[in-house]
Amino acid sequence: MSDEIRLIEVKEEIFADNRKVAEALRERLLKAKTFLLNLMASPGAGKTSLVVKTIAGLSQELKLGVIEADIDSMVDAETVAAAGVPAVQLRTGGFCHVDASMVGKGLEGLAVEDLDLVILENVGNLVCPAEFDTGAHKNVMILSVPEGDDKPLKYPLMFSICDVLIVNKIDCMDFFDFNLEKMRERVLNLNPDIKIIPLSCKTGAGIKEWLDWLRFAVLGA
Amino acid sequence: MHELPVVENILKVVLAHAAKHRVRKVVAIHLEVGELSDLEDQWMQRYFDHLSKGSRAEKARLVIERVPARLQCAQCGETFPFSTAHDQSNICPVCAAGDCRLIAGQGYFVKNLEAL
Repeated sequence: MSDEIRLIEVKEEIFADNRKVAEALRERLLKAKTFLLNLMASPGAGKTSLVVKTIAGLSQELKLGVIEADIDSMVDAETVAAAGVPAVQLRTGGFCHVDASMVGKGLEGLAVEDLDLVILENVGNLVCPAEFDTGAHKNVMILSVPEGDDKPLKYPLMFSICDVLIVNKIDCMDFFDFNLEKMRERVLNLNPDIKIIPLSCKTGAGIKEWLDWLRFAVLGA
Repeated sequence: MHELPVVENILKVVLAHAAKHRVRKVVAIHLEVGELSDLEDQWMQRYFDHLSKGSRAEKARLVIERVPARLQCAQCGETFPFSTAHDQSNICPVCAAGDCRLIAGQGYFVKNLEAL
């Protein structure tokens, strides 16, 4: 063998494998008529609160299941189970995100064929989950008012990949310098197709719009 | 934050190609990384050095090219650079339409390898 350096062309996207697994999962769930929703947000933005509100609002008409991927969320899993909805705890092993094969494993713990909607509560983080296709049919993120209206400038990737942005905790708008219009402009610059729903899990304001969107997405899938 | 899974995937792609082309040693890896990724070059190299120990890609140098974010106008097709970190209008500089989509600046590609 020579000592000459060879240039080998690769041209490969590094998440191609995950994307393939994700596509297959999406397809399989579509056939089973199960809608998978990937819910992402920072810690404390209100993911579990929104899951609980969603269960309360839709469990009479849709059969729901939940995958909890939050690193320390026994409380969350218990809350969800108390609402009478099957929940699976995904152990991410301290990982900052979940990928499609982890979600596939999580789904084994739920009787997917009998479910209309599975909500994946992703790890609380605005960075890593944005990189990994989970196999979900729609990606939804929550930004809460105390986090600030500048987050689209700091975490552009997350805002660019979501179908819906929920602005939670609007009941405490008066206590923070949060400019909803400025935030809206920043988000739409990155993602003109995103639907923005301001709401409060505490007061219930705006929840109906969210439930209407979700119901339509699930039944239309 | 997520350097580890990203670098793991890079190594997997690199080793698969190294085996396929029967190289003895990978000297350098040319990568394209989207500007929207917040990974630090220096940390990617550190993680890579750690993960690649004992493999054909041990001590390979990561040559990282940042791909700037670009928007494309849905009306006239013009593409133009876009700063995600600062407030900037996304109005098309040619036809003034506001319907512009992100077309570059995301993702990670392994372009090629330098190998012995």
